[in-house]
Amino acid sequence: MKTLRPRIERRTALLVAVMTALMLGLGLLGLCYGASWASPGKVFAVLTGTERSVVISDWRLPRVLAGLVFGAALGVAGALFQNLTRNPMGSPDVIGLDAGAYTGALVAITVLSGTSAQLAAGSVLGGLLVAAAIYLLAYERGFSGLRLVVIGIAVNAMVTAINSWIVLRAELEVAIAAVGWSAGSLNGVGWDDVGIPFTVIAVLLVLMTTRAHAMHQASLGDAVAATTGVGLNRLRLLMVLVGVGCTATVTAVAGPIAFIALAAPQIGRRLAGAAGVPLLPAALTGAVLLQGADLLAQMLLAPVALPVGVVSTAIGGCYLIWLLTKEVRRA
Amino acid sequence: MTARLTARDITLRYGDRVVSTRLNLDVPDGAFTAVVGPNACGKSTLLRALVRLLRPEAGHVELDGREVGAYAPKTLARQLGFLPQDPLAPDDIKVWQLVSRGRFPHQSLLALWSPDDEEAVTEAMAAAGVEDLADRPVQELSGGQRQRVWIAMVLAQRTSYLLLDEPTSFLDITHQYQLLGLLARLRDEGRTVIAVLHDINQACRFADHLVAMRDGSVIAEGVPGDIVDAALMKDVFDLPSVIVPDPVTGTPMVVPTLQGE
Ligand SMILES: Nc1ncnc2c1ncn2[C@@H]1O[C@H](COP(=O)(O)OP(=O)(O)OP(=O)(O)O)[C@@H](O)[C@H]1O
Ligand SMILES: [Mg+2]
Repeated sequence: MKTLRPRIERRTALLVAVMTALMLGLGLLGLCYGASWASPGKVFAVLTGTERSVVISDWRLPRVLAGLVFGAALGVAGALFQNLTRNPMGSPDVIGLDAGAYTGALVAITVLSGTSAQLAAGSVLGGLLVAAAIYLLAYERGFSGLRLVVIGIAVNAMVTAINSWIVLRAELEVAIAAVGWSAGSLNGVGWDDVGIPFTVIAVLLVLMTTRAHAMHQASLGDAVAATTGVGLNRLRLLMVLVGVGCTATVTAVAGPIAFIALAAPQIGRRLAGAAGVPLLPAALTGAVLLQGADLLAQMLLAPVALPVGVVSTAIGGCYLIWLLTKEVRRA
Repeated sequence: MTARLTARDITLRYGDRVVSTRLNLDVPDGAFTAVVGPNACGKSTLLRALVRLLRPEAGHVELDGREVGAYAPKTLARQLGFLPQDPLAPDDIKVWQLVSRGRFPHQSLLALWSPDDEEAVTEAMAAAGVEDLADRPVQELSGGQRQRVWIAMVLAQRTSYLLLDEPTSFLDITHQYQLLGLLARLRDEGRTVIAVLHDINQACRFADHLVAMRDGSVIAEGVPGDIVDAALMKDVFDLPSVIVPDPVTGTPMVVPTLQGE
């Protein structure tokens, strides 16, 4: 009999190779593209330190890295919540965690002084509060993924309304800044903004990687997962914390970028031909999607740079409608 | 008769619905135990308590004198294998992948896939007769094929105990007997089997120990030949019947006298 294991690995390896190439390609394009086009040769020279260009190394590079890293973080957060809810619509952006993190950030700006530490703490707190609220509202002797999603959608609507109210009541300059950011944008992201978020995301992703195997086991349902040795309570807690942590960290810097978390895990899953919703394909697809969307956002109305959230919402909205009609037909 | 796995005075409930009160059970080591009883009498609930999916409100479930709840998850999972009545397969999972999931308690972060895993999975798929389905998606299988795939998953776990909740419910008659024969062979190899069965005649033929339940209590237990009679069938199932010896094995065979209305 042929051996079992290598069969998946070949397909995943291919996906990793293709996605990595796409990430590098889109990343390079992001470094070349701007108010003035820089040739790939020049970009390589700057990256290797033989030439200097503030535009490439201090403006474009942090933005490109943010597109890739934040995209990966959103993809993973989406995969975690889709696993938790066992539902392809159960991603943080749909169930209101982005909106909650944004509320936290808005409070940090309008009530407090809005330092980046306050923003980060506010986002994480806001995200966790919304997660806790959904948990309490949806819990009824155990979980149903669909109920969690439906309640999450309602919570999302409410929290979004609260966000608008906060912005309306805020002082004018704050309100203008907040609105530009409310769509989710990487415009103007620099090195100062990304150091801590990258570190946090790296730690969260490494932590989650060590438990990825258990997460897949949990997709067999609570009974089989528990009796094959998964500590479900601790696993779920970790998944919620990492998922909210990734979402909130991205939101604190770039605002609520919608639909990457929704779409990336499902696209990645289909491309990998994998069972359940695996993390690595979600991360890679998320990185490619967000970086691609950010490039489009810069190019569509150039020289005006759109917020990337507008592009991701336009693409993701179509995807959500398709998904909803499919789910409704299935139910 | 020795018993490593025991339930002592356990009370089991879901919310306000009390299923069992002060139930006692010794699962005989190295034997095939069959649990029978009418629908909703608490058979699945009892099995769930034995594998600590349900925590008894009072009393103790112990393995080797230690509360099952006190074991580390993977340690317990290397001892007790469990197949629920209606397991859930993730989307797009292939048969061999699902069977491989039975190896989870034997794996760690540093040892994800070993030759032992390979051997256990191959052997389990052969035993359950699903080698030919290895590359098929589980969701596209028939009910009986799917049930055999899940059985292969539990077999791949290579536990000393197999607790199976209605493992034959979707199988055709030949596959039912093949599975029960397989369980009997595993028992001969030293494993302890406990299965919820609805066919009392199959239970009598294959089980060493029969546990008859009603309304959450054990009404009778023992060797099928010693305990199964018309009175027991009346007490447990409200079924009028005559008991004749099974022409093949001589074990009790229940023939209902009920002939419709
Ligand atoms: N998750 C649950 N929540 C609430 N009540 C439950 C739950 N599961 C089972 N019950 C109730 O507990 C009682 C025992 O159920 P159990 O599933 O143990 O029966 P069973 O003997 O396995 O029946 P069957 O032969 O139909 O599988 C039933 O009254 C059932 O309605
Ligand atoms: Mg049952």
